[in-house]
Amino acid sequence: MTKKIGTGTYKFQTPVEVSAFSSIVGQKEKEGPLGKYFHKYSNDEYFKQDSFEKAESFMQKEVLNDVIQQEKISPQDIEFIFAGDLLNQCAGSNFSVRDTPVQFFGLYGACSTMAEGTILAAMTVDGGFANRAIALTSSHFCSAERQFRFPLEYGNQRTPTSQWTVTGSGCVMLSKENDANKPKIKDCCPGVVCDMGITDMNNMGAAMAPAAALTLKRYLDDTKTKPEDYDLIVTGDLGSQGKELLRILLKKDGITLGKEYDDCGTMIYDCEKQDVHAGGSGCGCSASVLTGYILPKMMQMRYKEVLFMTTGALMNPNTSLQGESIPGIAHLVHFSMN
Amino acid sequence: MKAEDYQNLSEKTAPKSPIMKDIILAFLIGGTICTVGQVLYSVYYDLLKFNVTDSKTYVSITLIFLSALLTGTGVYDKIAKYGGAGTLVPITGFANAMVSPALEFKTEGYVLGLGTKIFAIAGPVIVYGTTASVIYGIIYYIITKFI
Repeated sequence: MTKKIGTGTYKFQTPVEVSAFSSIVGQKEKEGPLGKYFHKYSNDEYFKQDSFEKAESFMQKEVLNDVIQQEKISPQDIEFIFAGDLLNQCAGSNFSVRDTPVQFFGLYGACSTMAEGTILAAMTVDGGFANRAIALTSSHFCSAERQFRFPLEYGNQRTPTSQWTVTGSGCVMLSKENDANKPKIKDCCPGVVCDMGITDMNNMGAAMAPAAALTLKRYLDDTKTKPEDYDLIVTGDLGSQGKELLRILLKKDGITLGKEYDDCGTMIYDCEKQDVHAGGSGCGCSASVLTGYILPKMMQMRYKEVLFMTTGALMNPNTSLQGESIPGIAHLVHFSMN
Repeated sequence: MKAEDYQNLSEKTAPKSPIMKDIILAFLIGGTICTVGQVLYSVYYDLLKFNVTDSKTYVSITLIFLSALLTGTGVYDKIAKYGGAGTLVPITGFANAMVSPALEFKTEGYVLGLGTKIFAIAGPVIVYGTTASVIYGIIYYIITKFI
């Protein structure tokens, strides 16, 4: 039987269970509005490691080991790990899983990696290739700054549209089990790359908003649903400007996003007080908000139907210097308690 | 929506930098740094009785030291957040541009990390600064020689 609905939404034969999840963040995220919800945190930006890259891998290891322990299983009971981060060659993920003997796929979807990994893991489980699969991502403010921008102590001014890379990591374990108290993934809508010609590296929200609008519209059309059918529609890291642009773009297509819409980038920080300009960004932003806040709230039945759509800006510093525009992507996962 | 229309929309909805505030702060903070330089000059020249050339050199050395110290202690970037061009243009900005990558990239080793990356930001300033001074020198030479 075909699992494809409409232009490109995929319905799982049996909803895939989110059996376990874990989150970890840094000090700034801990001080944010969602601070009390995260499983773990450290006030040391190095996480007691000797480089920022090691700190990032450490965060991934912590959440990975946490979900394995929660489920009281051994790594051999997991078939696949889908993981990615923002570092060159996905080094953060490669190093975090090197002591874990599980088949591994490294992903790069920029900040969209959490939903990308979750979709692939869910497809793998639903396809019968795995009993358990893991999606894992992270980002670290300090390692991302040196990868994409300036040294930390360099005195520069950030533009109003710039975003602050979240120091955090999130991990979900998906399985074939069927516990009524755990969230399920019912369907998903992988994104297509969309480039509307934005070239400003300090305005990722604008670069990614058209991709988000495209994916959400496709999903709503394919499933014949409306935004108000969901308790929460959340984008990954569009930030304050990207959020506004998404609303405008969808309105032109006759879709009005109401109070149910929010963005992980603006949820994780108090943009004014914490001086993060347009909000948070990075793979760890959506990953930590999903695993620290959204999934636990679903288990408390605060949210029953959630559309989780992570957004990625698919450029690198060289392409931007060459004057290339920034292609965006958005992957959507539908979590449900029903 | 066409790409061009979207770019216009994005520009229209983007919050703008507070230019006036930025300019005033840059003037005040940059001016303060230059005033500190002038005070130092007075100390070296008037008080300690060094000659003009030596006094000027000591002013530069002192400002560079102070900037490096403030960069190392994580203060300079916090001033620069408000100072903008006011902290970038004086010699302290150049020192900050050298020290900050040096601090950051020492994890990759002293040769290929620190040694390579130390000029990452300051390099273009040196390249185009010296080029500009050569061009200026040639123009000056021609003007004084023939006119």
